[in-house]
Amino acid sequence: MSGVLVVMDQRGGVMNRMSFEALAAGKQLAAKLGAECSAAVLGESGGGGGVGNAALARMYSVEHALLKVYTADGYVGALEQLVKKVEPTHVLFPHTYQVRDFAPALATRFKQVLISDVIAVHDGPVFVRQLLQGKLNADYRQTGSGPCFVSVQAGSFRAEAESGEAAVEVFVPAIDAAQIRNKPGELFRESTQTVDLSAAPVIVSVGRGIGEESNIGIVQELADALGAELAASRPICDNGWLPMERQVGSSGQTVSPKLYLAVGISGAIQHLVGMKGSKAVIAINKDEHAPIFEVADYGVVGDLFEVVPALTKAVLAAKQ
Amino acid sequence: MKILVAVKQVPERDAQIRVTADGKWIDEGDLSYTINEPDAYALEEALQLKEKNGGEVVVVCAGPERVTSTLREALAKGADRAIHIEADDLGERDTLGVAQILADAVKAEAPDLILTGLQSDDLGLGQTGVVMAELLGIPHATIIMQVEVVGAGLKVKRELEDGWFQHVEMPLPALLTIQSGGNKLRYATLMGIKKAKTKETKTVTAAAASGAKAIALERVYLPEKQKKTEMLTGTATEIAAKLVEKLKFEVRVI
Ligand SMILES: Cc1cc2nc3c(=O)[nH]c(=O)nc-3n(C[C@@H](O)[C@H](O)[C@H](O)COP(=O)(O)OP(=O)(O)OC[C@H]3O[C@@H](n4cnc5c(N)ncnc54)[C@H](O)[C@@H]3O)c2cc1C
Ligand SMILES: Cc1cc2nc3c(=O)[nH]c(=O)nc-3n(C[C@H](O)[C@H](O)[C@H](O)COP(=O)(O)OP(=O)(O)OC[C@H]3O[C@@H](n4cnc5c(N)ncnc54)[C@H](O)[C@@H]3O)c2cc1C
Repeated sequence: MSGVLVVMDQRGGVMNRMSFEALAAGKQLAAKLGAECSAAVLGESGGGGGVGNAALARMYSVEHALLKVYTADGYVGALEQLVKKVEPTHVLFPHTYQVRDFAPALATRFKQVLISDVIAVHDGPVFVRQLLQGKLNADYRQTGSGPCFVSVQAGSFRAEAESGEAAVEVFVPAIDAAQIRNKPGELFRESTQTVDLSAAPVIVSVGRGIGEESNIGIVQELADALGAELAASRPICDNGWLPMERQVGSSGQTVSPKLYLAVGISGAIQHLVGMKGSKAVIAINKDEHAPIFEVADYGVVGDLFEVVPALTKAVLAAKQ
Repeated sequence: MKILVAVKQVPERDAQIRVTADGKWIDEGDLSYTINEPDAYALEEALQLKEKNGGEVVVVCAGPERVTSTLREALAKGADRAIHIEADDLGERDTLGVAQILADAVKAEAPDLILTGLQSDDLGLGQTGVVMAELLGIPHATIIMQVEVVGAGLKVKRELEDGWFQHVEMPLPALLTIQSGGNKLRYATLMGIKKAKTKETKTVTAAAASGAKAIALERVYLPEKQKKTEMLTGTATEIAAKLVEKLKFEVRVI
C-alpha cells in the first residue's frame, strides 16, 4: 500500500469545484508522506482530461456505461475495485452531497470509517474536523489497518493552478446492472425564485437566535432602515418563518454583498459557504465563541433584542 | 409498513460546552440533552407515513440510561414502541461500531423502512445511516426531503447543492437519511405524554465493543481564531453608534 488517491466529484462531465480543493489536500498529504498522488474520475468515458493541468503520478479514468449517472451502488462497486487495484494508503474526496451518499459505504467495505468533513491535515497524519457545528475542533487519527478514507470540507484547501501533466490510465470496473438498486431521476429546481439575493448590495440575515417567528419584525425593521434584503439561515426557512428562497448557504443562495449583517446566526459551515464572499461581515451574537466571528470584520457579543433595535434607531437617525 | 427510526441524543443547542481536563472530550456533567434535530424530522416523516399508509413506528437509540428521556419524548409524539440499546461505552466505539450495534438491533425487527437523521449536531460525521444500510445489505438514499410510497417501493426527493433536487426510486426494504425542513414538526400533546407511559420500551444490551476501532478522536479543543475581528463593546446605544460609524466610513453603505 502506498500513495494518495483523490476521487474527483463530477456530474454530467462538469467537475465540482471542490474536487480541486480535495486535490490540493491530497498533494499536501502526499508531500507529508513522501508518496505519490494520483486522481480518479468516474464516468461513462473520457474522464482523463477532467483534471486539467494537474501534475499527478497517474490519472485513472474509471469508465463504464453504468457510471454515466450517479448511483451509490455503481460508485461503491467501481471504487472498491479501483482501490483494491491501486492500493493507496489514503483515499481523499471533496465533502460534497454525492460523496456523503457513497463514501461511508465504500469505507465500510474495507472495514474502515470515513473521516469526514476535514478542515486541515497535520503531520502524523492527523486530520482536523469540527465538532458541535464549529464550536470545537477535534484531531482524528486512523487506527485501522486498511486504506484511510477522508473527505475534505469546502473552502479549507486552496485549489492551485498547475501546469503539469498526468499519465491517463483507463480502468473499466466490472459492474452489473442488477447490482444497481436505485433509479435516479433528472435534477430539478423548485419553481423559479422571485428573490435574487445574489444581486443585493446589503443583506441583513436572521438566524435561530431570533427565537420566535413574531420577533422577525425587529430584524425586518433594521433591513428596511438599511435598504437591505432580508435573508436567513436554514432553521428559519425550515420552520416556514421566511420562504426558502431567502435561505443563504450550501443548500440555499450564494451571496457576496457589500455588507452581510448576521443576526443570531452561529456560523455553521453550510451557512458560511453561502456568504463568505461578502465584502464586509458584521455579526451580532450572544456567544463570544460562535464560529460566525471567524468570518466577521466587526463583531458584537450581545443580546440581539437590545442591539438590533438600538442599531435601527441609530441608522434611521444617521440617514436623516 | 413497519418503520424504524434511529434517533440520537445530543447536547442542547445553547449548552455551555467545556472541554475536559484531559482534552479528550467535553464535560458531560452539567449538560442537558435533546433529540438530534434532523432525527426529529425523521420521526415526523415516519409518523406521517404511518398516518397515510398504516403500519408501525419503532424508535431506537443507543446510549446510556439518559437517552430513555429522548425515547419517551418520541413515544409521546406518536411512536408505537421504543428500543433502548444500552451502552455506556459509546466513546470506545467508532461509527462502524455504533452502526453495527444499531444494525444488530434492527435486524431482529426486519422493518420495511429505516430512517435516520442525515448528520448529528455534536460529532457530525454524517454517515451512521449509510454505514448501517451497507451492513444490512439494503439500498439507501441520503439528504431526503420527501418520501412517497409508490407500489412496492419508494419515490424520494433528494436535496442537492445550490437549490437542486432529484427524485430517486428505490425498492424496499431501504434506509433513508432525512434532512431538516421537509415537514412541520409536531409537539407532544398531553394525551400523547399520558399514552407514552403505557407504551413498550425494550432494553437490549449492546454486544461488547470489539476494541479495534478504525479511527480515533485524540484531542478536542477550541478553534484558534485566525481572522482579526474588531469587537465593538459598550451599551447597546454605544454599540449602535460605533456600528453606524463603521457603516458610514468603512463599509460605506449609509
Ligand atoms: C469521546 C467520544 C464520545 C462519544 N459519545 C457518543 C455519544 O454520546 N452518543 C453516541 O451515539 N455516540 C458517541 N460516540 C461514538 C461515536 O463514534 C459516534 O456514535 C459515531 O461516530 C457516529 O456518530 P455521529 O454523531 O457522527 O453520527 P452521524 O453519522 O452524524 O449520525 C447520523 C444519524 O445516525 C443516527 N445515530 C447516530 N448515533 C446514534 C445512536 N447512538 N443511536 C441511534 N441513532 C444514532 C441518528 O439518526 C443520526 O441522525 C462517542 C465517541 C467518542 C470518541
Ligand atoms: C447538508 C446540509 C445542508 C445545510 N444547508 C444549510 C444552508 O444552506 N444554510 C444554512 O444556514 N444552514 C444549512 N444547514 C444547517 C447548518 O448546519 C446549521 O444547522 C444552521 O446554519 C444553523 O442555523 P443558525 O445559525 O440560525 O442556528 P444555531 O446554530 O442554533 O445558532 C443560533 C445562534 O444564535 C445565537 N443567539 C441565541 N440567542 C441570541 C440572542 N438573544 N442574541 C444574540 N444571539 C443569540 C446563539 O448564540 C447561536 O450562535 C445545512 C446542514 C446540512 C447538514
